[in-house]
Amino acid sequence: MLIENPEVRDAAASGLIETDVVIIGAGPVGLFAVFELGLLDIRSHVVDILDKVGGQCAELYPEKPIYDIPGLPVVTGQQLTDQLMEQIKPFSPTFHLGERIDVLVREGDRFRLVTDAGNAFLTKVVVIAAGGGSFTPKRPPLEGIEAFEGTSVFYSVRRMDDFRDRDILVVGGGDSALDWTLNLQPIARSMTLLHRRDDFRAAPHSVEQMRRLVADGNMRLAIGQVTALEGENGELRQVKIKTKDGEEELKIDRVLPFFGLTMKLGPIADWGLNLEENLIPVDTEKFETSEPRIFAIGDINWYPGKLKLILSGFHEAALMAQRAHAYIYPDKKLLFQYTTSSSSLQKKLGVK
Amino acid sequence: MAKITFIQPDGSTQVVEAKAGITVMEAAKMNDVPGIEAECGGACACATCHVYVDPQWKAATGAPAEMEEDMLDFAFDVREESRLCCQIKVTDALDGLVVRVPAKQF
Ligand SMILES: Cc1cc2nc3c(=O)[nH]c(=O)nc-3n(C[C@H](O)[C@H](O)[C@H](O)COP(=O)(O)OP(=O)(O)OC[C@H]3O[C@@H](n4cnc5c(N)ncnc54)[C@H](O)[C@@H]3O)c2cc1C
Ligand code: FES
Repeated sequence: MLIENPEVRDAAASGLIETDVVIIGAGPVGLFAVFELGLLDIRSHVVDILDKVGGQCAELYPEKPIYDIPGLPVVTGQQLTDQLMEQIKPFSPTFHLGERIDVLVREGDRFRLVTDAGNAFLTKVVVIAAGGGSFTPKRPPLEGIEAFEGTSVFYSVRRMDDFRDRDILVVGGGDSALDWTLNLQPIARSMTLLHRRDDFRAAPHSVEQMRRLVADGNMRLAIGQVTALEGENGELRQVKIKTKDGEEELKIDRVLPFFGLTMKLGPIADWGLNLEENLIPVDTEKFETSEPRIFAIGDINWYPGKLKLILSGFHEAALMAQRAHAYIYPDKKLLFQYTTSSSSLQKKLGVK
Repeated sequence: MAKITFIQPDGSTQVVEAKAGITVMEAAKMNDVPGIEAECGGACACATCHVYVDPQWKAATGAPAEMEEDMLDFAFDVREESRLCCQIKVTDALDGLVVRVPAKQF
């Protein structure tokens, strides 16, 4: 059963958006759901924790080819994302990026959704297109690291002031690592960048800038890795690192590890939905969950014969939309139509 | 055909047979070798198929390409002999290959 919890109503802060449908996840399947719903006059709000659309295709393999999208012999993850964005343009969806849906509760005949930023939605229908779950920063498997998270170890910088006059260690070699090294260096007591090799994926000009700071004695670059964190009550005192010269202890009280993102089920587990091995069971007629008016499509769902393929998710989106229409427009009869021949569909698509 | 030995962090070993042409990751998955997660299915996009190639086999397996080096940045406790085993193609020359599974894949 879905949790009914009036308390979260008051916890919700800033904006309240009333709408017909909220799609959780802007992966390829969430994007195509905008299209199928749009054809049936349903306008979508789409929320994703990533700061970009495209889900796995855009985050994990933007440059790599996909060969099994019907009609597209070869397309890269990013190209598919761009094409989907082009295809759904006529339906002007609203995207809420960089926000995670944390709360989903029933409120009368609607649902209230609240994001980690405190924004809230009141909606008739929910479409969970959450793939493998929220993209979350990878946590280095160091003993006791959890105790320091949020006080001394951070995976992103929300407030620069948390880092002022601190001895900072940034770990990683990509753009996030280099950008934050450069941004925080001026306000840090000391800055150390640690990376496993003396070669960086980050943009060349930021690498160059970093090397200049090192040459001028304003920061340190160490080649190696972290082996242990030491401190008490969440306050980091020192960090052990291993370089080719052996083990070393550094006086550090802030660590920013950047090891990329991984998918974690996240808050979906707390919404009172039936789950089987972190997947949401659905029927194969409407792709509805154990809760009426909450649908699950794409990689996140499970049914006998399920294949985690983009093409399967597209099909699921089309059937889901039919049922969503019945909930949102209970009095309207749905006529089956082709985009090729229906003048009303073509008008919606803006081609007529 | 090549025989590949996977050594777990606790020292236990598993020998699997692999056809030339598949990857070492695929050989591990087909034989349920623990500790090889391979979340991305071999696309060199996840770094959860990290292994340490036995020093004796370093020359035969070769060095990682640039894309693999970049991806190794996302693995933990990367060493000289680290490889992403979805990027190692099995050949008859690799018969006898020994690789170690790391304690954690992140
Ligand atoms: C390397 C690689 C190669 C692949 N190759 C192919 C292929 O050739 N063909 C094929 O068909 N498939 C392929 N796939 C699989 C394909 O990418 C997935 O099936 C597809 O991305 C699933 O789409 P989705 O929209 O269901 O979910 P995803 O793409 O996983 O997107 C889900 C989104 O939801 C967001 N999210 C989750 N929970 C929340 C929350 N609570 N709040 C806010 N946002 C949330 C996530 O951040 C994510 O962005 C491949 C996958 C990988 C990793
Ligand atoms: S299986 Fe993902 S990088 Fe090898």
